[in-house]
Amino acid sequence: MGAIDSSLFAGIGQPLLRKEDYRFLTGAGRYTDDVNERGQTYAHFLRSPYAHANLRGIDTSRALAAPGVVAVFTGADLSGVNGLPCGWLITSTDGTPMKEPPHPVLAQGKVRHVGDQVALVIAESAFEAKDAAELIDVDYDVLPAVVAGPDALKPGAPQIHDQAPGNKCYTWELGDKAAVAAAFAKAAHVTKLDIINNRLVPNAIEPRCALASYDRHDDSYTLYVANQNPHVERLLMTAFVLGLPEHQVRVIAPDVGGGFGSKIYLYAEETAMVWASKKVNRSIKWAADRSEAFLTDAHGRDHVTHAELALDAQGKFLAMRVHTTANMGAYLSTFASCIPTILYATLLAGQYTTPVIYCEVTAAFTNTAPVDAYRGAGRPEATFVVERLVHQAAVDTGIAQDEIRRRNFIRTFPYQTPVALMYDTGNYDATLDEAMNLADVAGFPARKALAAQRGKLRGIGYCAYIEACGLAPSNVAGALGARAGLFEAGEVRVHPTGSVTVFTGSHSHGQGHETTFAQIVAAKLGMPVENVAVVHGDTGRVPFGMGTYGSRSLSVGGTAIVKALDKVIAKGKKIAAHLLEAAESDIEFKDGKFTVGGTDRSKAFAEISLAAYVPHNYPLDQLEPGLDETAFYDPTNFTFPAGTHICEVEIDPETGVVEVIAFSACDDFGNIINPMIVEGQVHGGVAQGIGQALLENCVYDPESGQLLTGSYMDYALPRAHDLPSFRVGTKVTPCTHNPLGAKGCGEAGAIGAPAAVMNAVHDALAAVGVTRIDMPASPHRVWQVIQQTQQSARS
Amino acid sequence: MSIRVAMTVNGKATRADLEPRTLLVDYLRQHLGLTGTHVGCDTAQCGACTVHLNGNAVKSCNMLAAQAEGGDVLTIEGLAAADGTMHPMQAAFKDCHGLQCGFCTPGMVLSAIDLVHRYPQADEKTIREELDGNLCRCTGYHNIVKAVQQGAATMNQ
Repeated sequence: MGAIDSSLFAGIGQPLLRKEDYRFLTGAGRYTDDVNERGQTYAHFLRSPYAHANLRGIDTSRALAAPGVVAVFTGADLSGVNGLPCGWLITSTDGTPMKEPPHPVLAQGKVRHVGDQVALVIAESAFEAKDAAELIDVDYDVLPAVVAGPDALKPGAPQIHDQAPGNKCYTWELGDKAAVAAAFAKAAHVTKLDIINNRLVPNAIEPRCALASYDRHDDSYTLYVANQNPHVERLLMTAFVLGLPEHQVRVIAPDVGGGFGSKIYLYAEETAMVWASKKVNRSIKWAADRSEAFLTDAHGRDHVTHAELALDAQGKFLAMRVHTTANMGAYLSTFASCIPTILYATLLAGQYTTPVIYCEVTAAFTNTAPVDAYRGAGRPEATFVVERLVHQAAVDTGIAQDEIRRRNFIRTFPYQTPVALMYDTGNYDATLDEAMNLADVAGFPARKALAAQRGKLRGIGYCAYIEACGLAPSNVAGALGARAGLFEAGEVRVHPTGSVTVFTGSHSHGQGHETTFAQIVAAKLGMPVENVAVVHGDTGRVPFGMGTYGSRSLSVGGTAIVKALDKVIAKGKKIAAHLLEAAESDIEFKDGKFTVGGTDRSKAFAEISLAAYVPHNYPLDQLEPGLDETAFYDPTNFTFPAGTHICEVEIDPETGVVEVIAFSACDDFGNIINPMIVEGQVHGGVAQGIGQALLENCVYDPESGQLLTGSYMDYALPRAHDLPSFRVGTKVTPCTHNPLGAKGCGEAGAIGAPAAVMNAVHDALAAVGVTRIDMPASPHRVWQVIQQTQQSARS
Repeated sequence: MSIRVAMTVNGKATRADLEPRTLLVDYLRQHLGLTGTHVGCDTAQCGACTVHLNGNAVKSCNMLAAQAEGGDVLTIEGLAAADGTMHPMQAAFKDCHGLQCGFCTPGMVLSAIDLVHRYPQADEKTIREELDGNLCRCTGYHNIVKAVQQGAATMNQ
């Protein structure tokens, strides 16, 4: 406690317009596909048209002879190269490690999903590469495919990897199974639900893209890539796959057009291109088209769950029991294994005092694209389970939706949940109250009655979510199977004239770090934001950092910058003490000035920085010149953003169309640096959550394994007219264990919205007797379930 | 085989010998180096590639460069004044935080200007319907709608 640095808050909390916007608005952004090297070649990947097939042979001779072709590589050329690694080891309940079958850079003898990369064609132009790929003759021995997790686990299912019998990656559990069974045995009421968390495609609007170069000048490689964490990309690629010296590889993630998780991972394409760049001694450019993005970007969610909640006669939660089958896809993507386990089961306490919880997860391989973290990553799935159960329990017991939540809220902190997490702080009544105000819950019955007069069904749905962000600490995560550190790095380089460049290991792909981080520096050093530049996304410039995912940039990356700033100020005080001929302990730093306490004798920050770099009058015998400090920060705990989202929908029973009338969100993100940016993050997250609930669904054909939703004609990404304007508010309980008091805001919308929307849909459809509808509640599905319910009522 | 294509882009005469299948967006990006126009889907669904051709918003990934022969093209690079002062719609997007990653932004801004030309007094419903051809995954459209309203108000002054 007491970690909040009050000196930070002058000037912080202001909705400063973004420094980065001018370049994006004038076409001066520089995304990977905007970067070109002299004499670059173009890559095209030949992909499997089948979901599951043995490769009997590949004949590249016609392609090699085609105009403009520089090289064609297949799996045989890469047989000495390792597969792509998985960054988190999950240990099964029986003590055995998860099954980690090879994830080849180019297919080795077999393809396992539609879009699996079979060959890399490099040519002088993109047209020539594409044309030549059509001349590659591949002899496929097509095998039966399986696309659903539960189907893959059935006896007799097609076997996808020799190393994973029965297609099982792991079965993992968390919680006290016996205590949960005992609690259920004495429950006054048990609510049970079967839940499908639909598979999603992240769909950053910038498709993945890479530009790989090899330079004989110093035997080095440079990779521009649309990526969220360039150091992680480089470490995994060099140390685990290609065996290249890490210091000879520079990874640059310049402006990146959205990520949402899908650009965290090390992918096959850029790995093959870095490898090939030395073979052909040319730069190689590849930009995915949208079809490739649908086929090969890591997908999200895809859980099938049975969940049960036990309550006593007063509506207090006694226990929760959850069984989930998680679809991993054909291979383990970089962090796939920890999403339905570490980031899922641990969140099942939600905001509630449920004393015992048991969760068992079975992860299955299928003939689909790999599944990994997508905005929220495990936490939306957990929240959906908890809040659908709570909604249904309230319906079953006749307790009001807000009241059943209040009866079970955690109100004493710190709070140890039965699923491993220790919440440091929160005020769940405050966010629920404010969300109910924003949603005008009091006026809902009248609105519902008016809608009914028009033949429409109104419903309201609540979701009181919690998430765990700023994944930490490294040693605890390591004990749970993490194969990476979870710290962040920040360097504050003060220039002689007193302006500052910050080098952060965090990466911005829309989050506005160049503004938020500059606000922190400006407030702390008492200088205009214009005097601060923020550099990110380049292993050649920034210290080793872990990048941006899991809403961690401010709480972890921002804290690293604060720690570095503390070092700058501490050194500045030493320099000031020398210049002012005072004791260091008497020097105070405030409003950009170092002052001898109780006097008017002071030195401006720029005078100190100039002295540091022109150390003529300087204590050189005691102090190094320069003012450039780096800090690495490893958090002591997760942060726990939480809030309540309330959705009001109106359904037309004649067409099945669900209209979101209003969406109200009150979130507690701890202290807020830039409320404008925070609100924007909530808007975007909520839109993705509404998308999951009502529109988006990634569907594979169960027989052929073909992706049926492979374009924007088939996959319904939310458009402007699908959404309302949002009502957002915040309440603040500062995080207790980082100096910013910040918790993180990037994923909350995507976590809270699906359950709020689906609870509203269920509330509305209850009027016509419907008890279950799965996401997405598309017009077709809603209409169908209404018809089925009416038919079965008649028969 | 190549064909000669000539058009005005951002007020300057341009011409090149192109493969006939060259898309307008590829001519702008690869031949003229105007990389502010983006490719998000290559099927005319996302609108990131939107430019103005003879004053109307078009999706430059969905037409051949040859189809713009003799035309007058405006890309995002040509929108601000010569001294760098942003067009009112660009300024409104900044003021309203109508962009995050910036990738859809050039197409969104050019579509928004076209929208205001056609519906100077557009209300929120009209704006949302008329932005149907431009996808944004970051903002949830909330602040884009506000930006279009503000930009329209300034443009109408």
